[in-house]
Amino acid sequence: MAEYISNLEKRLKAGQFVVCSEMGPPIGADPNFIRKKAEKLKGYVDGVNVTDNQTAIVRMSSIAAAKIAADEGLEMIIQVTARDRNRIGIQSDILGASSLGLRNVLCLTGDHQIFGMDEEAKNVFDMDSVELIKTINDMVNKGILLNGKEMEVPPKMFIGGAANPFADPFEMQMIKMQKKVNAGVQFFQTQAIYNIEKFEYWMEEVRKLGLHEKSYILAGILPTRSVKALRMMKKHVAGMDVPEEIIERMEKADDRKAEGVKMAVETIERVKEIEGVSGVHLMPVAWEEITPIVIEKAGLYPRPEVD
Amino acid sequence: MIVGEQKDIEEIVEMLDREEFKSLLIVGCGTCVTVSMAGGEREVNSLAEVLRLYYKNKDKDVTINTDTVKRQCDFEFVDKLEEEINNNDIVLSLACGVGVQHLVERYPDKIVLPGLNTSFYGANIDNGIMAERCIGCGECVLDKYFGICPVARCSKSLLNGPCGGSQDGKCEVDPEIDCAWELIYNRAKRIGKLDELIEYQPPKSWNSYRDGGPRKLTNEEYSS
Repeated sequence: MAEYISNLEKRLKAGQFVVCSEMGPPIGADPNFIRKKAEKLKGYVDGVNVTDNQTAIVRMSSIAAAKIAADEGLEMIIQVTARDRNRIGIQSDILGASSLGLRNVLCLTGDHQIFGMDEEAKNVFDMDSVELIKTINDMVNKGILLNGKEMEVPPKMFIGGAANPFADPFEMQMIKMQKKVNAGVQFFQTQAIYNIEKFEYWMEEVRKLGLHEKSYILAGILPTRSVKALRMMKKHVAGMDVPEEIIERMEKADDRKAEGVKMAVETIERVKEIEGVSGVHLMPVAWEEITPIVIEKAGLYPRPEVD
Repeated sequence: MIVGEQKDIEEIVEMLDREEFKSLLIVGCGTCVTVSMAGGEREVNSLAEVLRLYYKNKDKDVTINTDTVKRQCDFEFVDKLEEEINNNDIVLSLACGVGVQHLVERYPDKIVLPGLNTSFYGANIDNGIMAERCIGCGECVLDKYFGICPVARCSKSLLNGPCGGSQDGKCEVDPEIDCAWELIYNRAKRIGKLDELIEYQPPKSWNSYRDGGPRKLTNEEYSS
């Protein structure tokens, strides 16, 4: 059994403002694809999510890709969705991931398979994200499986979940967030923020419920340089709030790359000032190479030491 | 009720063309699929007309007979078909999958083909519009969700709240689908029970669904 040290957890406990990012594994079996991506992120981020067949498209498994990147010296966050595996498969994967030395997990319901290329697949959803969090929390902290079976060597995981400040119905989403906290979630990564006022309002509600004291909240940042992408997110990505002025601003920009970086940096600076925000989670789509630049420009590089 | 939808005529013809026969009996079902306008007497007669025309155009000598019983899922009614079924070479059933199999069980020497796709358990929500309301999971949870089933009506069967993908009360999978969690939330608010939704719901037992194997129910009082 690999030694357990979640550096992400250590940093958050030490009060550091953490920086996470995201990595999409390849549609293929090339480990060098991951190694190359890892190389570019080294030293810039405190944790890297590896998506679990994101948008229901078959890719290298999150755990395998995370292990390859961890061997390159990155702190990894595996993602687990409930779409493709039942309770047996998921718990087995958690045991495997922990035994490989992976230390962080983000629990998600998962995109419906209709969004991918395998619409005809059977969807599983044997558990939802709240049940996933509770199950993994019981495995880690009580040493028991969902069926009650005790383990001699339980897994170790720093447990995360998603929160969406922009999804409907607002009040019901807050109830679900509370349920995740009650189920044992330790950190949240939020949906990408373009509507900062709405995010500030959401954080107010989070503070009223004291959820920021029971979990670490990492604000989602999605750097983009594309007007088309912004329009697409506004129109077609449910649960995303892209105000028209953001799109106009990008449209008017002479240098859209620079504007995209500027917008991301501004958002980071704004959320940094909000009480209860413990860090940021960068998730550029098809622009992963911009992550180190945004981090540098936001004054978050070099990353502080962790002991 | 069980909601069914008639298979495309091309598919029906393709099925029939794989068989050798001179006479065909189309059997309708007078209960659920009559209501869902897929396999009642009316549909049996119009399908018979279409097939008669098809065989006439192909210059093929096929006799098509029709009958509709009250329920194909009941031997009491299926038994009444004995003479007709014996007098025809093959049978096309316009009942749900239960009815088709019930005919096969009673008449094991006969070829019985399905003319419908059995769609779901649903309700008539408007003229000619049927919507799924139940999956028959074997362990009803409607008490916990104030009469709106997330197992059947949420695209991801989520038990602890919405997924974050709904917009304007509609499901991310299809804007024609109401978000079940929006409905549950509104209903809970309306009857003043929103606070009950904070309760953790553990993963459902699927043992009572068909994951526990094909199901059978014995009513002790009436079984002989």
